[in-house]
Amino acid sequence: MSPSVPQATAAPGPAGTAARLDALRGPVPPRSHDARTIAALTVNPGCSRRAVLDAAGVDKRKLAERIGFPARYGQSPFAITRGLAFEKQVKADNCAALLELLRAEPLHFDVPEHEYVDLGVEPEADPAAPASLDRAARYERTRQAFARVAAGEPLLADHPLLRLDVGGRAAYVEPDVVALSARPAGASASAPARLYVAEVKSFAVIDGQADPAKVGAAATQAAVYVLALRRLFTELGVDPAIVADDVLLICPTDFANKPSAHLLDVRRQIAAVERQLARLPRIGALIAELDPAVDFDLAVDPPEAKGEPGREHRSAVELAKSLTMVEARYAPECVTNCEMAFHCRSEARAAGAADALGRSVRDSLGGIESLSEALEVADGTAGAGSGQHEAARLLRAAARAYDEALRVVPRAADGPEADG
Amino acid sequence: MSTLTALARARAARAGRAVPITAVRHVHVSDEPLVVIPLMQAGEAAAPLAVMAGTDRGAPTLLVVAQPRNRDQRFEFLTAFAELLVPYIDARRQHTETVEATRSREEWERCTDAPQLILPNPGGVEALRLLGRSARFRTVDGPYPVDARVPLLGRYLTWFADDRAPMPGSSVCLALTSVLAQHWATGQSALEDQHLPALLSWIDPPDGMSGAAAALLAEDPDVVPPAGPATDPAFDTGVLAPLVRAQEEARAADDMRAVAKAEEELRAALAAQLEPTWETVWRGIDVLRALPAAASDELRWQVDRGRFTDFMTGIEDGAPPQPKRPSAVAAARRLADLESAQQSYDRTQAIDDPLVLARYRVGGEAFAGRITFVDAERQEIKGKRAWPRPLVVMQTQDEVILRPGVKLASPARVNQTVRLRAVRPAEAGGFEVELELQSGMGRGKTPEAGSVPAVGEERCYATFLAEQRGTRPELPDADQTPWTHGGPPWPHVARAEDQAEEWR
Repeated sequence: MSPSVPQATAAPGPAGTAARLDALRGPVPPRSHDARTIAALTVNPGCSRRAVLDAAGVDKRKLAERIGFPARYGQSPFAITRGLAFEKQVKADNCAALLELLRAEPLHFDVPEHEYVDLGVEPEADPAAPASLDRAARYERTRQAFARVAAGEPLLADHPLLRLDVGGRAAYVEPDVVALSARPAGASASAPARLYVAEVKSFAVIDGQADPAKVGAAATQAAVYVLALRRLFTELGVDPAIVADDVLLICPTDFANKPSAHLLDVRRQIAAVERQLARLPRIGALIAELDPAVDFDLAVDPPEAKGEPGREHRSAVELAKSLTMVEARYAPECVTNCEMAFHCRSEARAAGAADALGRSVRDSLGGIESLSEALEVADGTAGAGSGQHEAARLLRAAARAYDEALRVVPRAADGPEADG
Repeated sequence: MSTLTALARARAARAGRAVPITAVRHVHVSDEPLVVIPLMQAGEAAAPLAVMAGTDRGAPTLLVVAQPRNRDQRFEFLTAFAELLVPYIDARRQHTETVEATRSREEWERCTDAPQLILPNPGGVEALRLLGRSARFRTVDGPYPVDARVPLLGRYLTWFADDRAPMPGSSVCLALTSVLAQHWATGQSALEDQHLPALLSWIDPPDGMSGAAAALLAEDPDVVPPAGPATDPAFDTGVLAPLVRAQEEARAADDMRAVAKAEEELRAALAAQLEPTWETVWRGIDVLRALPAAASDELRWQVDRGRFTDFMTGIEDGAPPQPKRPSAVAAARRLADLESAQQSYDRTQAIDDPLVLARYRVGGEAFAGRITFVDAERQEIKGKRAWPRPLVVMQTQDEVILRPGVKLASPARVNQTVRLRAVRPAEAGGFEVELELQSGMGRGKTPEAGSVPAVGEERCYATFLAEQRGTRPELPDADQTPWTHGGPPWPHVARAEDQAEEWR
């Protein structure tokens, strides 16, 4: 890609946008989305920086490392082991335990006998040959399996691979299990069976309650699967409503390993994910406005001689400079969702942005974005900008009340039995 | 968040150091608190990894579970934890005082002290709650017999972490980050305030360092280990997992010397993770102790002592363990308790603390100023009697948005109700407020001496101080609960399924 492409930005259009996005990323393969990163799109959708990086498929983790703000994600090996062991337990004997859970208390689903299909393995695979993990092949097998499901065959699909179009690129997502057809309790026998996505999670449900943050994350992830599955059925010419709005969350019960099934309504999450996916292709306008100098090329050329470091296409300084040219919308919550968070935080702090202290602080400061401006308004050393008179009045009142209160002596204890 | 607190955060960010948002300490700090720092195994519901606990800063006790997924080891750990906690609790019951009979209660004996658990953060409290839940239904017989102290420990932990910790104004089980954030505003977000070392760095930075810089440093898990209950995943991968494996392999090979060595190494590794937090928690307690106690502190601690006495009496009288889920009436009563405790806590904090009161002034629920005129002789004739209704005029710089007729009270004289008669802009700027005193002046035709404010006096009046205190809802007795609400309840029997509850 030649560096002088100002014409491309002047005349956007879908092809121009795609070319510009590729140029932004440089000669490295795009980072593909998974269910977790798609779910993360629904958090803080107003951030242009993340929208651009995601659309261009830039490896944000690597980018954060290169500019000296590595993300601090990581999962404990104990948690991983436990998660795998629990999933194995639920899926043992062709998911017999899973089907039993649906038929038993409290769900009482009407579940027919299912044919178990493991879409993760090749049908006639030679056991000696290495397991084929070709995603396109696996997706094709999934497609065929669900064509049979659409024809009314009860299939229990393990390790399916689904596809979602994310910003013009195919992203593959892997539901934990399955889609299985069942009728909810109380539904008449003639009612059509629906397909359910089952998500196996190893966090415990204790006395009917689980960590709301974990349940929320699981719900958004499952919504991605529901959406991907519905798109597949639409492609197959089947009414996508065959996939239920509810998903099945399979978790350990109390302090034991005994699994229990919980029905989770994810309509809200589906709508949120859909909205964000629909928005991604429209970022053409955003891309067109970018300075032509913005560039996140993370490629490193191999070293010319052994033992020497490779030549980076862009230095850390250049990358950081490009970042400053795409506006971020930092909030403290970003730390849990976005690899760039520590960089954006440091930037927000250095700029004295109220956002660095959290949305509620910014709102309470009357929407004034700069801390120093808010402090000057509060101290009366700066006038209020247009539309900030109410904020200024409150801030001045707060500054005066605070400073006055510091001079007042608090009420002293007047004996333990003072007030009734 | 109030505008005042937001402003305080902005000021803290500018100063690089936390600023106070209270003038006094609104939690009780016991003379001998028990600091408890739990570490839990990642991925498990309630698998303790280690606990560092004790009342002596110089001599913490470290309890370690070599293989948290092993039920026997977990049970040994809980027994050891009980051996530490039960004597501490029993020591608080040595002395009692007699409480005179009231309309609702006969004369009774109240403990003169109560236990106090201090944990680094709300996560620590939640870990105790889960440990309590996993232990309180165990029995000394049945399929998984345990030491008699284990179910008792479960009931104690449930009382601390589930019954009392969420109760506003209670100090028997405190999460240090919440308490510190209640008293100081930092220049970082509320989310970041949940990190104890970072929060304390803002409040009490090391010499020659700004709070902001110290907090940034404290966030690095390689420099300062996290305060639990979750461990740093990098520590799990690099240190813990290999040590647990070595210990298991030695056990499998029946090599007791190797087991002892591996366990010793595991202990040392966990101690190194916990010791910095131990020191940080005590430093946090020092910082809290340096604040003067609120005027209502004694009274609130007295309530805690009373609840403690009742709880211990209940256990002695053979009360069943706290249920997994409360009945309808118990839940409604609990909600009413929480609500009235919150009201009373908000109220007493505002009365005791001018900085807390200032938040209400900014929000328009209160105003403060100087008394400029007093007519103490004014009366109102009602029926055949004349009642004192002194008139007071006050000058305030606060914007008064309250309407005439609203009832007010002042922290200086909480039981005196005042009615707002009129508000008008003052010539010199600010507002002139005309108030009528309605009560709290004695029984005579003229007000008692000292019951009417004097000209020149500074006063603050607030609406919420004059509000009627909430009355408790009328709820049926347990045996009168209709079946629609799950009643009447059956007498509690230790259910076999509880004892048989699997417990890995």
